[in-house]
Amino acid sequence: MSKISRRKFVTAGLAATAGVSGLAVAANFAKRYGLVPPDSGGIYGPGETLTYAAQRLFARHSLAREFPRSMISKVPFANAIPPLNDAFKRLQGGAFADWRLSINGMVAQPASLSLADLRSFPVRSQITEVVCEEGWSYVAEWIGTPLFEVLKASGVLPQGRYLVYFSIDPDWWESIDMADAQHPQTLLAWAMNDGDLPVAFGGPLRLRVPRQLGYKSVKFVTRLTVTDSPKGFVSALDPKSPNSGYAWYAGI
Amino acid sequence: MGLGKGPFQGDVRASAGACYAARVSHAPSLRNQGPPRHALLVRVTHWITVISFLALLVSGVEILISHPRFYWGEVGNSRTPALFKIPIPSSRATVPTGYGYVLPDQNGWSRYLHFEAAWALVLTGLVYVISGLWTRHFRKNLYPAPADRTWRSFRSVIAKHLRLAPPDEADFRSYNVLQRVTYLLVIFILVPLVIWTGLAMSPGFNAAVPWAVNSLGGRQSARTLHFFVSIFLVLFLVVHVAMIVLTGFASRMREMITGLAMPQERT
Repeated sequence: MSKISRRKFVTAGLAATAGVSGLAVAANFAKRYGLVPPDSGGIYGPGETLTYAAQRLFARHSLAREFPRSMISKVPFANAIPPLNDAFKRLQGGAFADWRLSINGMVAQPASLSLADLRSFPVRSQITEVVCEEGWSYVAEWIGTPLFEVLKASGVLPQGRYLVYFSIDPDWWESIDMADAQHPQTLLAWAMNDGDLPVAFGGPLRLRVPRQLGYKSVKFVTRLTVTDSPKGFVSALDPKSPNSGYAWYAGI
Repeated sequence: MGLGKGPFQGDVRASAGACYAARVSHAPSLRNQGPPRHALLVRVTHWITVISFLALLVSGVEILISHPRFYWGEVGNSRTPALFKIPIPSSRATVPTGYGYVLPDQNGWSRYLHFEAAWALVLTGLVYVISGLWTRHFRKNLYPAPADRTWRSFRSVIAKHLRLAPPDEADFRSYNVLQRVTYLLVIFILVPLVIWTGLAMSPGFNAAVPWAVNSLGGRQSARTLHFFVSIFLVLFLVVHVAMIVLTGFASRMREMITGLAMPQERT
């Protein structure tokens, strides 16, 4: 072995050691600061982690684009919905007067709110785009109660890091981290454009997460659960979920 | 490096026989070639880019199937008129395609793969561009020489291709002006454009950097542009591979894998 190749060998060894320890430090840092998504395992884990970590590092507080009233879509597109179950139809028969939204899990005061209760919170309206992972989109005005107001009233405990939100459809739920749950534009929408939120668009209550793709905006929401780990409620990892196999973080 | 000292190196071991000496005396000429045809970093980043691009292409086509309609402006969906449609069946029943069937939904893994491959492409591209600036790779190997920056030299290269003239000596040592301009166009225009138009479809990215999508005329415009830039990149790939096959697949592959030129093509 000549002198030069030995020097190269030592340099390469040092570089590899530095690289591996650098990665270990980065992984530790990422875990500590909540930059690792729940679906970070498997072959797509590195890409998912980079995407989620980049968003949370550089744009945690960014606001989704809001549009002028003139850009509201004349013909919004209501995507297909699963068949409505009997529980939904019963509530629909009563004009949703008995619709309840329960808040539980890691909160100081669990609650159960009617739509009228929700309307007594400060109201926010925003004109944002619904972006489907398939490629299509529309702009609508969404009117509702900011999620952070409801969470504030119930008092999220310090260990609460994720929010799992459930549809009345038993197989439909999603989860987001607290950065999105506490985000000012994350909205419990009960009205759209000029009237009540139509059933086809998720009425009477839809959780709008405008910084993420449409599939994170679950329709017919009845329950919010604050948890320290979304384990078991990451639809991407659950074969029963309609969004099974889809990335947990849907900001891209 | 003993072998570089001169042709007498072989003579020391010449007692082993003429045949051995002939082989040894061959070795210095290999070493004396100077730098390899393609630098190690160029070769490694080239092949990572190949793998990433193919993954992006397959997953991109798969994602396109879920909505093979294109629009201009901010919004567009199955209830709004399309700018144009790709006449293929879709993986969604909500898209009017005229076909009586719906393909299976593959968007889950396709989207995972698309973004992971995009990260690989972006990170590899950054390493390549930064090192290319550092080592003056672009200036030395890709930026056309002043004498070649004329329409006449473009015309002569194109005419040579149209005559199907065999490549001459110089073509094996460096790139002609058409190759140089094409590579620079791909590296500094098309790839940055495909990344930009791709990011301009991300609701999270658009929240952070709204001008990236607004300057393109809206999210659907970004999607349509992403499609066309991808078409140009695929065209580049087709011509690139065709030229490699036409000028000698084995030698071109050898150059891009080992960095060494084929012996008969050495000067």
